Amino acid sequence: MAMVTTTKGEMDESLLEKKEGSVDNDNEYTTWVEYWLDGELVHRSAHVALKKNVSSAVEAASFN
Amino acid sequence: MANTQAMTTSFMGELMTATHNFGTAPVRGTSATDSFKAALYLTTATYNASTTAYSATGEVSGTNYTAGGVAVTFGTPPTATNSSTTAGVAFVTPSASITYTPVTLATAFDAVLIYNSTQSNKAVSVHTFGSQTITAGTFTLTMPANTTAAALLRIATT
Repeated sequence: MAMVTTTKGEMDESLLEKKEGSVDNDNEYTTWVEYWLDGELVHRSAHVALKKNVSSAVEAASFN
Repeated sequence: MANTQAMTTSFMGELMTATHNFGTAPVRGTSATDSFKAALYLTTATYNASTTAYSATGEVSGTNYTAGGVAVTFGTPPTATNSSTTAGVAFVTPSASITYTPVTLATAFDAVLIYNSTQSNKAVSVHTFGSQTITAGTFTLTMPANTTAAALLRIATT
C-alpha cells in the first residue's frame, strides 16, 4: 500500500481522494497532485519543468 | 580572408566566470565556483530585471521552508559556442532540479529568484511559472536541457 505524507501525518493512499492535473504552455510543463480527506486538502505537490530561459543579447559596436 | 566584427564568444563565456572586470568588482578570495541559491516569491511580489539582490520581502514562508531558499547546483561549467563568424552563445544550467520538500506553502507563489550567495546574495535571474501552493508536499523545478537554445541562462550575440 502506498503511503502519502499529509497534514495529518502519513496516510494510506486508498483512504484519500486523489486529484491530478497538468499545465502545458510555452513557459512550463507543470503537473500537480492533490489528496483530499473528507473535503479537506491534506496534500498538494507540484512539479514545474521550466521551458523558457532568460537570455541576454550583446553586440560589438561598429566604429563607422 | 577577411576580418569580421564580433563580440568574441569566448568573452561571453568568460563573463560567466568573472574573468573580465571593466570596473570595480568584488575581490575574489578563491577561483572556486560560487554558491547559488533559489528563493521562492509570492504572486504579490515584484521581482524582475531590476532586482539586484536576494531579499526576504515577498518571499514565501511556511512549514520547512527556510528563508533564502535552497542551494542550486551548477555541476557543469558554462559553455561558449560559436554559431557563425559573427554570433555565438554562452550558456549554463543548473545540473539538478531545485526541490523543496516536504513543505507547506499556503500562500500562492509564482517565481523563483536565483542568486549568488557567495557574492553578497547578488541576483542572477528571475523565473516565473503558474501560481502554486503546496500542502505537506514537494515543489520541484526541473531545469531545461543545457544546450545552446534551451539552457536556463544564456548570453548571446545578436
